[in-house]
Amino acid sequence: MDNLSLFIAIPAAVAFLIPIVSHRLKWFPDVSSSVITFILFLFSLETLNHQCIYQMGGWPAPIGIIFVLDGFSSMMLIIVNLIGFMACLFSVDYMEKIYTSKLRYYSLLLLVITGMNGVILTGDLFNMFIFLEIALIASYALVGFGCGSKDLEASFKYLVINMIATYFIFLGIALLYGRFATLNMAHIVTSIQQYGTDSVVIFAFVLFFVGFGTKAAIVPFHAWVPDAYTAAPAPVSALLAGGIIKSLGIYVLMRLTYNVFGMSQVIANLFVYFGIASIIIGALMALGQWNFKRLLAYHSISHMGYIILGFGLGSPLGILGGVFHLFNHSLFKSLLFFNSGSVEYETGNLNLRKLGRLSEKMPVTSVSSLIAFFSTSGIPPFNGFWSKLIIIIAAIQAGRPFSALWAVIGSILTLAYFAKIQRYVFFGNGDKFDESQVKDIKEVPSLMRVSLIILAVLCTIGGLLAIGGVNGVFGPVVNALAGGTNQYIGEVFGK
Amino acid sequence: MVYTLCFILFVIGLYGVTCKKNIVKIILGFLIMEYSVNLFLILLGWRKNGVVPIVEPNTVMEYFKTMSVDPLPQAMVLISIVTGLGTLILMVALAIRLYQRYGTFDITEMNRLKK
Repeated sequence: MDNLSLFIAIPAAVAFLIPIVSHRLKWFPDVSSSVITFILFLFSLETLNHQCIYQMGGWPAPIGIIFVLDGFSSMMLIIVNLIGFMACLFSVDYMEKIYTSKLRYYSLLLLVITGMNGVILTGDLFNMFIFLEIALIASYALVGFGCGSKDLEASFKYLVINMIATYFIFLGIALLYGRFATLNMAHIVTSIQQYGTDSVVIFAFVLFFVGFGTKAAIVPFHAWVPDAYTAAPAPVSALLAGGIIKSLGIYVLMRLTYNVFGMSQVIANLFVYFGIASIIIGALMALGQWNFKRLLAYHSISHMGYIILGFGLGSPLGILGGVFHLFNHSLFKSLLFFNSGSVEYETGNLNLRKLGRLSEKMPVTSVSSLIAFFSTSGIPPFNGFWSKLIIIIAAIQAGRPFSALWAVIGSILTLAYFAKIQRYVFFGNGDKFDESQVKDIKEVPSLMRVSLIILAVLCTIGGLLAIGGVNGVFGPVVNALAGGTNQYIGEVFGK
Repeated sequence: MVYTLCFILFVIGLYGVTCKKNIVKIILGFLIMEYSVNLFLILLGWRKNGVVPIVEPNTVMEYFKTMSVDPLPQAMVLISIVTGLGTLILMVALAIRLYQRYGTFDITEMNRLKK
């Protein structure tokens, strides 16, 4: 899989093919998007343990545009394309019943995947900005897809906050270009090493931190998350939580911090403090929510805190914890959003007070949400336990016992609010629950069930990936980040 | 000096986005922010009495190196204008739809999500 441009060309081509062809062939959007995302997922599996550089038009690195594939980007490609595939499978029946106009929906969804793949692969700051815009503009439209008053309001709020962040990033890129006259990230590293870090570089980093922090839903910049997640269709919420905030936010922030600007004690402290704030504030806000999806949105903020904390520790074990938790979080978070989508599909309702006793009627949804619940709150055999354990051990090893303590407290709070979901939705019932509403409720259609089951199985066996620790499956990722700036230059320009 | 003015323009746009309550004014704020960054990029490549960055057979390379305009920011600004146009259209479409639903452009009255 050396031709990395296929990750961008295929979904973009199909995204524009769908509106043209679908007027004649009604089945085309469903089938083509699922098949294409599955093919992309297979391609991304092939990139595992593989390193290469793709030069656009054969021009070498500082002059031409390049795509860089290393351990971290290949892991992110797998996550993004897996979640994209699951979202497409889930959408087939879900969009049929609740929304209209499938062809526009799939078109936009594939454009989001295009943008995310582009951001992950690119080795050039301005291209990153362009792919960011592609993914974001499509996702603004997807969040407001229902066109109800609440959807539009959430979409506008999401748009305003993220556009401010985007222009901050753009200004940062312009400043770096003005300082070093280059856009290639590896070339910027060599320039920083040559000329040293001055106030322009620091200011650009601050702009990048605010910009990508907004996209990564770190706490002071998180205001768009609850509204956007609540208003979006369930597969889009899953893609937002499992793909967009990770690839556009965390991935780029970590790539810039570790491989371009270089990790330092100040940045590490920044990440750890923002991470702890996200964990605690997200968990506390989630406790008081009565809307299924809004609760999941705050849960997402809380878990982005764990990921930032893991990366901020700076040691290889901390990076391993961060990456592993990023992987696990995208699995169980998408599963939870699919569960909320199934509940909405059958009952047309997401208010916890009005739901109840769905465990007998919807066994697959109930069991899969139970697995996601165990996994996210850190019950031993499931994947979430191992990644949280690694983060906590890494925090203690890095000499930050209080961070470890806050992480444990956040985990207990997670257990509390997920017990609330299980109690009100699946096993018990809320105070405004009406028995007559749930009489003719069935399990969701088979394609939706398939995506629920696949993700639940992955959550159950995902803990096995921790075997081998720093040298295991996530070894290339840890090496790519822990190698720092010099390794990145070596990767791009060749030794 | 000119760069400082660009930055002031950026902050004015930021003020428009964050402090104004009318959706149309927010959109105008975004336009100001975008144009300030575009202006900044164009100014980075600008040179007084500069020459076109095309090498011809009779070009004197020493003169060309010191006097040619940087062409890359212009390409970047062109792309950024296109993406900005896409976002602008989306924002205006959203504003029209919001006006149809709420009957107002005032964002403080759009609070159905909180209820």
